[in-house]
Amino acid sequence: MGVIYLLIGVSVVIAIVFLSFFLWASKNGQFDDDYTPSVRILFDDEQLKDNQLKDNLNGTGKV
Amino acid sequence: MELEKFKYDNAIVKKFAYATIIWGITGMVVGLIVALQMSFPLFFNEYLGFKYISFGRLRPLHTNAVIFAFVGNGIFTGVHYSLQRLLKTRMWSDKLSNINFWGWQLIIVCAVATLPLGMTSGKEYAELEWWIDIMIAGIWVVFGWNMFATILARRVQHLYVAIWFFIATFVTVAMLHIFNSFELPISFMKSYSWYAGVQDALVQWWYGHNAVAFFLTTPYLGLMYYFVPKASGRPVYSYRLSIIHFWALIFLYIWAGPHHLLYTSLPDWAQSLGVAFSIMLLLPSWGGMLNGLLTLRGAWDRVRDDVTLKFMVVALTCYGMSTFEGPMLSLKFFNSITHFTDWVVAHVHVGGLGWNGMFTFGMLYYLFPVLFKTKLFSKKLANYHFWIATLGIMFYAIPMYWAGFVQGLMWQEFKPDGNLEYEFIDTVTQLRPMYILRSFGGFLFIIGAVIMSYNLFKTAKQGSFVADEDAEAAPLLKAPSKIKGEGWHKAMERKPIKMLVFSLIAVAIGGIIEIIPTAIVDSNIPTIEAVKPYTPLELEGRDIYVREGCYNCHSQMIRPLRFDTERYGEYSKAGEFVYDHPFQWGSKRTGPDLAREGGKKSNYWHFSHMIMPKETSPGSYMPAYGWLRDDKLDTDLTDNKIRAMQTLGVPYAVGYDAKALDDLHVQAKEIALDIYQSNPDNREFTDAEVVELSETELVALIAYLQRLGTDIKAE
Repeated sequence: MGVIYLLIGVSVVIAIVFLSFFLWASKNGQFDDDYTPSVRILFDDEQLKDNQLKDNLNGTGKV
Repeated sequence: MELEKFKYDNAIVKKFAYATIIWGITGMVVGLIVALQMSFPLFFNEYLGFKYISFGRLRPLHTNAVIFAFVGNGIFTGVHYSLQRLLKTRMWSDKLSNINFWGWQLIIVCAVATLPLGMTSGKEYAELEWWIDIMIAGIWVVFGWNMFATILARRVQHLYVAIWFFIATFVTVAMLHIFNSFELPISFMKSYSWYAGVQDALVQWWYGHNAVAFFLTTPYLGLMYYFVPKASGRPVYSYRLSIIHFWALIFLYIWAGPHHLLYTSLPDWAQSLGVAFSIMLLLPSWGGMLNGLLTLRGAWDRVRDDVTLKFMVVALTCYGMSTFEGPMLSLKFFNSITHFTDWVVAHVHVGGLGWNGMFTFGMLYYLFPVLFKTKLFSKKLANYHFWIATLGIMFYAIPMYWAGFVQGLMWQEFKPDGNLEYEFIDTVTQLRPMYILRSFGGFLFIIGAVIMSYNLFKTAKQGSFVADEDAEAAPLLKAPSKIKGEGWHKAMERKPIKMLVFSLIAVAIGGIIEIIPTAIVDSNIPTIEAVKPYTPLELEGRDIYVREGCYNCHSQMIRPLRFDTERYGEYSKAGEFVYDHPFQWGSKRTGPDLAREGGKKSNYWHFSHMIMPKETSPGSYMPAYGWLRDDKLDTDLTDNKIRAMQTLGVPYAVGYDAKALDDLHVQAKEIALDIYQSNPDNREFTDAEVVELSETELVALIAYLQRLGTDIKAE
């Protein structure tokens, strides 16, 4: 059963790693806004072809 | 601000997507073969009794192929696609992406080449031998390196929740893999697990459960948080819930492993710990499922038309079912019925076929039209695929639930006089119709996947692939992380948290590598005096037991439950396994438990049984092992193995390795002679014949089987 100390140790280390990530993320403002990110990913950033741009300007194209 | 122009690497996504399809179908076909072996055992014994495709060697190939090849490539496909778009940057290094790709495929090829040869470490879901383990670790680090470098080079400050799931996947899988794969290599072909018995079991299921958690679940949840919103055009139901889901899930999962070892020799408190965390896991798991499903609120009509969404809705539902079932199976009462039965097989396939399989299909249906700038070739075919695959899951899961429940209850059935109602074999033959139905379910699932391949192939053909997709985004405004002329460490010093993390990792690795040999080898000292190391012949026999994958169908763990002890004898004690590198407790009883097999049957019985099981046990599903009778036992490494065992703390006398071979021959001849003497034909035999038999692998295996559980049997 000695190995359980190892496993607990390793699990705690990983928990600390995750906790550090969490603290970093929190302090860094990662979780300040909990709405915009969910919407932002829906918009693709692929470059639009010229004719698509024209369509968009005319209000007929898909964005 | 000036927009930066860059290109997404679609070529790598395409490669991984093709690999996912090819390995997926391969792994499923191997699964179908093993399912057919259980449905038509006699046919396989009579006509296809090749050692390279016997159940014990193929089943690990199936599990490794579908988990690491199919889902593994599925993860890489989805991550390489979504990560670039979420971070608005190309993968950091094309070279690393390609090393990641080709290295992973090479590992899979090595697995396909070695597992049928019987090169296995004998630990479920971690069967690959030591040098492949090293390759896996290397390629995994390449994957992580490329991912983290891409994250650092991002153009978006915020890390979307999917990326958090990818990070957790990388970190945890690396740790699990490394710790579970501590092995002492004997040769290119063979290694021994560093841990023994209870220790090995604990590490193995700590790994095994978290392989499910961090290889089959967290990366796919990350992908779910990307692809479900993308496919439905809706933001995720609650981004806040997704954050809570993530942190709660990863904190709870790591402790749940011991629920695979309920009622075993693992100390009770460790079992209870595992149960408690498993039950808590229901909350984040269902939080995640609901978050995915509710994303479709107000958009359910789209599920009717959108193929991707259909697959993903079923995937999420299956995820919900299997994560409800998991905590239930962790309850001790329920576990006493279902453990070692086909219920567990049903459970993992609802997760595997339903969650991972259906999600992967949905993702591929989304990706191919996007990558090839076209429409899906045929929506109709995709709909056929959807229904065939869904039916396939039902035909798989329902008979297996039924089989598990039937067998679990039959094992528990007592006659009014207090004797067991059923012989073990009765509980096996009872299941044959269910096994046949299950094969049909698997067959349907494969047909669906083949239809998908055709559909996607045609889609690719009608479109035009853009390897480097143009994109543009504003650069990320931030203080330069590295000032010109400044070293990497200097730069890191300004980032205390990052510094802390890296130091912790460094400290952990160093400390742990030092601690392991001392702490673990010492604790392998026996606590039962009567338990002695295996004789050289038994040790060789044990290696054959591992090589043939006997643990895939036979447990070596008698639980302290009346129906177990009545059937198999005194319950197993932790101290009995201290010399077992690796442990062989198993997780499934397609055949009976073998923990106290020693001395129950004669040598001659084992001899005839291994050559043709149906002769001695009518109705048996066991493959015939004729090659064990033909193949000579390789004793070149015996002394080496004894020395390896000594290194691992097994108390053979100093210098015993030199005498081991003599002892081996003496014991082998005794067994061979006994087999000839007890042959009911009572024919004359020569000394040469006895010697010839004594040199076979079969005699070594019989020696091992006759030793099992005998050390404390006299009590």
